[in-house]
Amino acid sequence: MASTDVAGNVPAFLNQNPKDRIIVLGVPLPLLEKVGLYALLAAVVVLPMVYDGYDIYEFGKILMYMLAVLGLNLLTGFNGQFSLGHSAFFAVGAYSTAIMMDQLGMPYWTTIIPAAAVCFVAGFLFGLPALRLDGLFLALATFALAIATPQLLKYDGISHLTGGVQGIVLDTPYPPAWIDSIVMSITGEELSVDRWKYMFTALVAVIMFAGAWNLVHSRTGRALIAIRDNPLSAKTMGINTSIFKSAAFGVSAMYTGVAGSLFAIMDEYLAPESFTFAEAIKFLVGGVVGGIASLFGAIFGGWFVLEIPNIADLAATSLENYINNPQGLTGLIYGLFLIFTVYVMPMGAAGLAQILVHKISTRR
Amino acid sequence: MDLFIEQTVSGLSTGAIYACLALAVVMIYQAIDHFNFAQGEMAMFSTYIAWYLMDDAGLGLPFWVAFVVCIIISFIGGAAIERIVFAPISDAPVLSHIIVFIALFSMFNSLAGFLFDFTPKQFETPFGHTALIDGVISAHRAGMVAVTLVMLGLIFVFFRYTPIGLAMRAAAAAPDSARLVGIRVGFMLALGWGLAAAVGSVAGMLIAPITFLTPDMMLGTLLYGFAGAVVGGLTSPLGAVLGGFLVGILENWMGTFVVGSQLKLTVALVLIIVVLLVKPAGLLGRVVVKRV
Repeated sequence: MASTDVAGNVPAFLNQNPKDRIIVLGVPLPLLEKVGLYALLAAVVVLPMVYDGYDIYEFGKILMYMLAVLGLNLLTGFNGQFSLGHSAFFAVGAYSTAIMMDQLGMPYWTTIIPAAAVCFVAGFLFGLPALRLDGLFLALATFALAIATPQLLKYDGISHLTGGVQGIVLDTPYPPAWIDSIVMSITGEELSVDRWKYMFTALVAVIMFAGAWNLVHSRTGRALIAIRDNPLSAKTMGINTSIFKSAAFGVSAMYTGVAGSLFAIMDEYLAPESFTFAEAIKFLVGGVVGGIASLFGAIFGGWFVLEIPNIADLAATSLENYINNPQGLTGLIYGLFLIFTVYVMPMGAAGLAQILVHKISTRR
Repeated sequence: MDLFIEQTVSGLSTGAIYACLALAVVMIYQAIDHFNFAQGEMAMFSTYIAWYLMDDAGLGLPFWVAFVVCIIISFIGGAAIERIVFAPISDAPVLSHIIVFIALFSMFNSLAGFLFDFTPKQFETPFGHTALIDGVISAHRAGMVAVTLVMLGLIFVFFRYTPIGLAMRAAAAAPDSARLVGIRVGFMLALGWGLAAAVGSVAGMLIAPITFLTPDMMLGTLLYGFAGAVVGGLTSPLGAVLGGFLVGILENWMGTFVVGSQLKLTVALVLIIVVLLVKPAGLLGRVVVKRV
């Protein structure tokens, strides 16, 4: 039987996303996801009203890492290309912003879009040779990129731009006067720089997260996923795999690069030592533990990589009486969680949540 | 010209270290088709063990005793890592393997700092640092090359002339057929890992007197090791050794005459990418054909 009626309309049951039929505790799953998204958005908006100082700075950092991890997730989780070198694109974004502020005197908020463009181009260009490298070899090439980056940033030939080993000290990102006056008229107190930094970061992060959400749920996103699942059949279906794969590299580099820009703006300082391989490991940990093929996973991953050093420090202070130098446990905990994730929940926290949803859901 | 000879000779001696690491990388690549990104950190950790064995605050053993004990410990440690960490995920996708390698990298790096603190340590050498032949090469560097060559010779003899070496080659080349003729493939894999870890530990103990002992000392060295493996051919142990020496010389030539010492790691990066793109089989490797 034909599945379309006379008017050419597709019957409702065929047009439906299978996800729509999953019911969790009486609520359809897409609705639940939507509610979750808006709840998160509300939390992002409410946070600066409650917290100030270092706390709100930390929340901004979580959002920044969320963006960086999101970049890796788009590449590895949705397009199936591996990168151990995203710290390099993080550096490109951070240094683009810093050089634009330092050399050209541009205000901090105007640097985000040009920095994103620079990172996209950098990622796209690196993606071109990456086309010819299979999974494992791409991992090796990006590993080499991550290790060479700090030395490259210290290079004397460009040190008049990058500040060499000393790095660059940047201006404090003060809130614009009109925002300050609005906040003043509502709350009666001045907007602190920490809160403004958070608000700026949150604005950029929310816009970019929405962009990623739309990208993944679009035709382009499906093409990226098709390439991940089976490059050969994706090609047969008319997807230009080369363009899509390089573009995925570009977009991914752009996300991580914008995170780098925000890093430079938030910390008001950057130096080559912030962009070592350890940073690339952080992104990988965030992506894997959160769930590499998930956008929600990136949020969890961002929180996770920021929280673990705090926990490690806490453990260090409690060990101080027994061991001489209890520093440096962070890497150990990261490693243990990576192995734990690979063994127990290969799809990360997001995958675990998905399994739980399926366990308690009923299919109509 | 003097500078040229000096740089070439000193390149040869660091090339010996790269050759060791490249060989270790290739041994594991042949066995399980994966790059051991943690090879350098494993070697670094072994070197810390050797330091602890020799240091007065530790056990205070003489160098050569500590050298041998450290190799044995590394061998057991490497085999244990294969059995405990990698055997359960042998069928997992590539990404899982890469993640676990990075996890090991992170853990060893962190543990070394945690157990032995982060201050750079002096690592003693039995050869001394006196200059030989008009300052062309120091005694330690000459010793480095000598030890490496002896070790490479032993490994060659092991793989070429002993039954267990043959069994290991068989297990790496054709695991299914090897299993059919009664070779314990899992055991051979563990043995391969142990050998790779032991070779790596020798590299670490030889380079530490030059670079000083720190948790990050192997980062750049491993990159050159990878470059050596890629240049020589990932499927050829002999190629890896040659590649390691070649990369050592090339690094010094480029560093002295072309790009300056600040872009040495970038040279390795470019080398890896260019060779992978232009001639993925390397100098001596065999071309891998994949059936679709």
